[in-house]
Amino acid sequence: MHDNDKDWNLVIKPSESLFSLNLREVWNYKDLILLLVRRDFVSFYKQTIFGPIWFFIQPFFTTFIYVFVFGTLASLSTDGLPQPLFYLTNIVAWNYFSECLNKTSTVFRDNANIFGKVYFPRLVMPLSIVISNLTRFGVQLALLLLAMLYYALVKGYAFDITVYILLFPLMVLLMAALGLGSGMIISAMTTKYRDLSFLVTFGIQLLMYVTPVIYPLSAAPEKVKWVLSINPMTPILEGIRLGLLGKGDITIGSLIYAITVVVVVLFTGIITFNKVEKSFVDTV
Amino acid sequence: MSSAIKVENLSKVYNLGEIGTGTLSRDIERWWALLRGKEDPYLRIGETNDRAAKGDSNIVYSLRDLSFEVKQGEAVGIIGRNGAGKSTLLKLLSRVTSPTAGKISIKGRIASLLEVGTGFHPELTGKDNIFLNGAIMGMKKAEIKRKLDEIIAFSGVERYVDTPVKRYSSGMYVRLAFAVAAHLQSEILIVDEVLAVGDAEFQSKCLGKMKDVSSNEGRTVLFVSHNMAAMNSLCTSGMILEKGKLHYSGDIDKTIGRYLEINRTHSNTDVIERTDRVGNQRLKFANTWVENEEGETIEHVVSGQKIKIVAELINTTREIIHDNISVAFAVYDYMGYQITDLSNIYSSNGDKLRVDNKVRIACEIPKLPLNEGVYRYNLYCTINNEVADGLEYAGYFNVNAGDFYGTGRLSDKNQGQVLFNQNWSIVCAE
Repeated sequence: MHDNDKDWNLVIKPSESLFSLNLREVWNYKDLILLLVRRDFVSFYKQTIFGPIWFFIQPFFTTFIYVFVFGTLASLSTDGLPQPLFYLTNIVAWNYFSECLNKTSTVFRDNANIFGKVYFPRLVMPLSIVISNLTRFGVQLALLLLAMLYYALVKGYAFDITVYILLFPLMVLLMAALGLGSGMIISAMTTKYRDLSFLVTFGIQLLMYVTPVIYPLSAAPEKVKWVLSINPMTPILEGIRLGLLGKGDITIGSLIYAITVVVVVLFTGIITFNKVEKSFVDTV
Repeated sequence: MSSAIKVENLSKVYNLGEIGTGTLSRDIERWWALLRGKEDPYLRIGETNDRAAKGDSNIVYSLRDLSFEVKQGEAVGIIGRNGAGKSTLLKLLSRVTSPTAGKISIKGRIASLLEVGTGFHPELTGKDNIFLNGAIMGMKKAEIKRKLDEIIAFSGVERYVDTPVKRYSSGMYVRLAFAVAAHLQSEILIVDEVLAVGDAEFQSKCLGKMKDVSSNEGRTVLFVSHNMAAMNSLCTSGMILEKGKLHYSGDIDKTIGRYLEINRTHSNTDVIERTDRVGNQRLKFANTWVENEEGETIEHVVSGQKIKIVAELINTTREIIHDNISVAFAVYDYMGYQITDLSNIYSSNGDKLRVDNKVRIACEIPKLPLNEGVYRYNLYCTINNEVADGLEYAGYFNVNAGDFYGTGRLSDKNQGQVLFNQNWSIVCAE
């Protein structure tokens, strides 16, 4: 009998290195990720009359309210873009980010039951959340494209679409990674200190006001611009608007800054998540 | 045969009490100790997990320095009282939580059924849930697709596979869930007490499937249950966990026997001091034992031996009782099935019992007709058909194989519990 780890397929030991992430194992579970995404999508509209139309209703009415409150009553600038388009773009994008963050931050609590009974790479859950929100984002994006088409054909609005459209997929990726990373950090910490979960819900609301969602970066007063510029979501939203609508305030510097922050947050998230997943069943 | 599972010095520590309060300060203290290269201050004071005894520290070892090996193709039953660490062991093996110290090495794919139907979503149809549940347990989509018909057929809910599972009866739900689990492809199967669900027909189907898995497909099975009968029919060997340590391991029969013996020593308070009794206590059992022909108290007897089961009765009233007193010893096998009832009412010299202060009642069995195994008996006493005293698990005895038939041939312990005197003859039928 050799006493060599190589003779065994699997060796379970107490604490492994922080960086043993087993990403290949996650890849082996890609079928599970897809099935979870399907589950989320299907169960969302089961037993509703409007079905998938519900994906449209929320951004549509929110845009309507924003146009009325911020556009008409407060007359905030929209960077010269049509108000409905400006708000709709921001809302769809911000929804995606906040949903990713919100859902991943409670992933341990929501799935404690499953996690306590079956092993699979825990990273599968947050990944499936981000991807299933992406499908919802895709559906809502279709609404935005319809609105843009309407403005282009009926209202004769000329979109200034350039090569910057290529920024759009990158920005979506950054947004997903940022939501995933920060969500995982929070989820890892809430297993022990529940206090954080209270913070998250209204923290996201507050964060929206220091992100150019209801106003463009260009309209922010100089005094508070620094707050906006340390927020990695600022260049992301500006980039999305630049790509889709042709107006946005993003520089090479702010783009690199955003990418750096996202990479750091994502890796911190994955590492803390991996550390917690091994023992969270005992504390949650 | 090579090992499928090898566990070395496995320990798992749990925090007792309210987790969450004061954890920050404790975390800092721990971190500070580790930083100085010292031992974790909270691990040192850990103690074994004894539910009943109140400890000083609120850290306990659920498993402590556990080591064992399981050979490929073995079906191992894990027995132990509540809190002995069985579930913790299964959780560690199935990687739901990670050990505090030690190492587990596993050869082959491992599938664990700590629960059936994990991740079932009520809104999805039966078919969708088969896929989802299968994937959660580690199956590939193509694999599930290949086995889909087999799974549906096994579950016996063909008609409802396109209905959301929230409309299922709980029985149908479990059937479907177990069907998925039963078709997992793995070399090692870990099963917690999931068989305690479903109707009798389905339960026997599950047991049959599991037996099939272990004996015909040569897969390794680890099985935790309190159902000794299921354990006995399914497993080839067993191990007893006690306070997080391995207490015994060996043949499944021997393991079950040993487990019952431990339980006896646990309830080893003298019969007279036991409080879990029924009846009006006008008469009270004070003691009981088994003795041989020479009148020596024994625990191990042999099939065919002449033995006596003896009990002492105390009269708690001040007057002499000479009413209709009956005393009975009800004998059970290790599965809890009653073998027989020994009572003075069946006795040919059925003298009425007369109890003064303290009497000794003995039932002689001239030729013990029991096969190898562990047996227990309950004590029972009535006065004019009114229960005076009753005690379960009052006494035990071990029967070893013996020359019951007087032919020098020992009985086969796998062929039933009871031995009969038998005479055979052959005559020509024409």
